[in-house]
Amino acid sequence: MSARDRILGRLSPAMIATDQTVDLSVHLDKQWSDEEKITRFRDKLESVHGEIIECSAGDWSTCLAELVKREGFENLLLGAGELPDQAASAVDTEIRRYDRPIEDWKGELFADVAAGFTTCKGGIAETGSLVVWPSAQEPRLLSLVPPVHIALLFARDLNNTLTEVLTEQAWQDGMPTNALLISGPSKSADIAQVLAYGVHGPKRLIVLLAR
Amino acid sequence: MNQAVKPNFTNAAKTALNNPTLRSNFRSAMDSLRERRAAQFPDALELEGARDLASAIRNRALHNLGQNLVELERNLIANGIQVHWAETPLQANQIILDICQRHDAKHVIKGKSMVSEECHLNDFLAEHDIEALESDLGEYIVQIDGETPSHIIMPAIHKNKKEIAELFAEKIPGVEYTEDVDTLTAIARKVLRHKFETAAVGISGVNFAVAETGTLCLVENEGNGRMTTTAPPVHIAITGIEKVVPKLSDVAPLYSVLTRSATGQHATTYFNLISSPRRPGEQDGPNEVHLVLLDNGRSKIYNDEQMRETLKCIRCGACMNHCPVYTRIGGHAYGTVYPGPIGQILNPQQYGIDKQGEMLSACSLNGACGESCPVRIPIPSLISELRYEATRNDHQGSVYGQGALRKLHEAILWGSWRWIHGHPLAYKAMGRVATRLRKLVPNAAMGPWTRTRVKPALAPKTLHEMIKDDNR
Repeated sequence: MSARDRILGRLSPAMIATDQTVDLSVHLDKQWSDEEKITRFRDKLESVHGEIIECSAGDWSTCLAELVKREGFENLLLGAGELPDQAASAVDTEIRRYDRPIEDWKGELFADVAAGFTTCKGGIAETGSLVVWPSAQEPRLLSLVPPVHIALLFARDLNNTLTEVLTEQAWQDGMPTNALLISGPSKSADIAQVLAYGVHGPKRLIVLLAR
Repeated sequence: MNQAVKPNFTNAAKTALNNPTLRSNFRSAMDSLRERRAAQFPDALELEGARDLASAIRNRALHNLGQNLVELERNLIANGIQVHWAETPLQANQIILDICQRHDAKHVIKGKSMVSEECHLNDFLAEHDIEALESDLGEYIVQIDGETPSHIIMPAIHKNKKEIAELFAEKIPGVEYTEDVDTLTAIARKVLRHKFETAAVGISGVNFAVAETGTLCLVENEGNGRMTTTAPPVHIAITGIEKVVPKLSDVAPLYSVLTRSATGQHATTYFNLISSPRRPGEQDGPNEVHLVLLDNGRSKIYNDEQMRETLKCIRCGACMNHCPVYTRIGGHAYGTVYPGPIGQILNPQQYGIDKQGEMLSACSLNGACGESCPVRIPIPSLISELRYEATRNDHQGSVYGQGALRKLHEAILWGSWRWIHGHPLAYKAMGRVATRLRKLVPNAAMGPWTRTRVKPALAPKTLHEMIKDDNR
């Protein structure tokens, strides 16, 4: 008999749950207007050192170009796709593409990238969180290893709560390799409860909020 | 005290109480954590609703635990994640060692995992010439000092800035003494970044495992969890069998009460959901993902319907933050992996009251842990129940080491007490004798209690007598 069978054997069987639904209304009742969602998202994200730049949905790439110039990022790491291409043609700095397996350039990624740019699947107003689904086009480490993460979020993609996102978008029907909520830059309070930013992930999170 | 039980806890608690630095470190940390949690729940109605929901979700998940685990396994395998089952920490360690050796790993990087602490995994790997480096900043600090975590969420909470500054200067080559937290953090970042880049295997814990999608959820702030689970070519996750939930929609309410209860955050920086290894065409992520499911006494706890509530725990640490005993003695005094109230109910059940039952006495039953628990575990009732298990001698209980704390004089005393209360004449006589001879009770009669407190004074007459006098 395997460890598996012994463990499962010890968990008394025949305990089929009668009630398979739980009442999610304490979360789903949280509903805000579009304007309130944006305000709440901004307040929550800024409270944890996230930076927000509002721009128009049609002209976000100009905003990005100004940001890159202002901050003097020596290079910008991009994924593939329409929006990253748009970013690439707008900014005036060295463009790098995350277009090969990590094994081929791990050292460079860890040591020599100034900022990474990703799109977002959505946002959550309640907690000021970005919903990010990394993909073959925009890999997982793109939003993690560079010291600055620039994220493009369209205001129309803002939801109220995580519960709303999971139920409305039916994530259970097809999960990506990795799904993420990101709420601010990397941080820790492990040294005497003093908050420090940029522990292992990005030191700055800059959200281009396009509306 | 029973011969089998050594008073390690009492001695450690005494030592901790006499350490003013330690007490001040814990006091200020716990005060601030409690305030931060309270600020996250301004609406009492919302708080109670959120706790009801989280409790219902955990109850339902446990109700069908076996079935949920089977579904979790099926979906993980379908997603390409390899599943391993371990009855004991030794089995879990062996499984992890085998995977590491297969990949010729000499260095592994670790994200925070209390279950791996339960297994003493780092020591085990070290015995086999594999260096396991902790990457959570707090875990890193306690590891380089050769210590264990003193809190399940904030492992280095017992240390102040000065102590960490001294530690870094002493242990990390080329580092000068500084108390600047940003500088200290940057030092750790630099050391660990190189390790993330080069480690052959990443080992992490799991906060929730979702059966319907085969998803492993990790909650964290630093990004070390994402690094550990993404940068190395192999990821091994380890968790207890109780962490499974049936539905993906279950994780949102649990995540919400977890972050608010633990550190008073509306959300952590990262909520990381992993459902498969690297798929064809993807540029990063591990090529192999493993999940080790550890029992280590959990299935035994599960079979006692009352004690099963112990397994609802989502490891937020709110019970320790609110515990007056933990706040004063800190986590190391317990001498166990899980300190504080949750440790007081978990450790004796996992390892036996005869081995870890002494800490059951370190509770005033004030109820703060139960009131702060986001999944409504009735911790005070369970502590009371375990105290009963600790002294019963009928061999009818299910907890290991039952009866280990039974003392003959206590048993005689309470037996007489019960008999007297069942016999009116004897009860009357006791009242009379106690009140009339009250001055003869020596100061030391109540043992440790009267050593630091004034002896409670008995009234000259019993309540019954006084009422009779008044009615006359």
